[in-house]
Amino acid sequence: MANFLVWVVWFVAAFACLASALAVVSFSNPFYSALALIGNLASLAVLYLLLSGVVAAGQVLVYGGAVMVMFLFVIAYLGDRQGESPWSGGPSWQVVGAILAGGAILAEVCVVVGLKAGGLLSKPQHVGRSFGSPEALGRAFLTDHLLAFEVTSIVLLVAAVGGVVLGSHARQESDARA
Amino acid sequence: MHGPDIQWYVVLSALLFATGALGVMLRRNPLIILLSVEIMLNSANLLLIAMSRLHGGEDGQIFAISVMAVAAAEVVVGLGLIVAMGRRNVELDVDKLRTLRG
Repeated sequence: MANFLVWVVWFVAAFACLASALAVVSFSNPFYSALALIGNLASLAVLYLLLSGVVAAGQVLVYGGAVMVMFLFVIAYLGDRQGESPWSGGPSWQVVGAILAGGAILAEVCVVVGLKAGGLLSKPQHVGRSFGSPEALGRAFLTDHLLAFEVTSIVLLVAAVGGVVLGSHARQESDARA
Repeated sequence: MHGPDIQWYVVLSALLFATGALGVMLRRNPLIILLSVEIMLNSANLLLIAMSRLHGGEDGQIFAISVMAVAAAEVVVGLGLIVAMGRRNVELDVDKLRTLRG
């Protein structure tokens, strides 16, 4: 019974995930696209929760919280400044080429999964009780992956400085214009 | 608790990645291109975590958390660029930004 419930939750979350991803790509208003992306991230968090609790919590906090608030703030700040009217004028060669390229990615993955990696992927799962626990993740972060941990902090620092520099340049130019 | 096999995760992740790639290739609004890049990063994260569970190690989850941090940094810089474009009253259309072309 628990097994059946896992499958039901998985399929609902996967369907919501795909539908909201298509909505992000196809809405013409960026505000609605950002709202659809919140749905996408929430359903992905459900899928992560079936696999690993810590990463699901990080997904909700970092993406669903911080990143999406930033997106919505910028979209609201820029206002109704539409540069494009998508899906007008019929399919161009760009649309056809993009859809062909997307289909090529899908076909590639299906060939790899179906033909080459079938035996490797179907081995039985051996997952310990401590999988995905904060203790195991923290231990891995501070022993085997300490360099990645430290480099990530430098990346975040550089991004913060870059954001401030971009903002201050823009302010000087708009002040000079006014 | 025995959920779906790894093949389901691979197919879902590939579908998500293709959707995000379509958004990057088709749309011209830089905001929506950034949102589509987020979809692509998340599809890679989903597969990393699923593979991590398949092999029972923590390394895939470490990768996924690092990808989240780098994605947050990318959003900061990308949105900073878009706000700078907005302050200069440039139309938000990546096809019309031709100044950087060599």
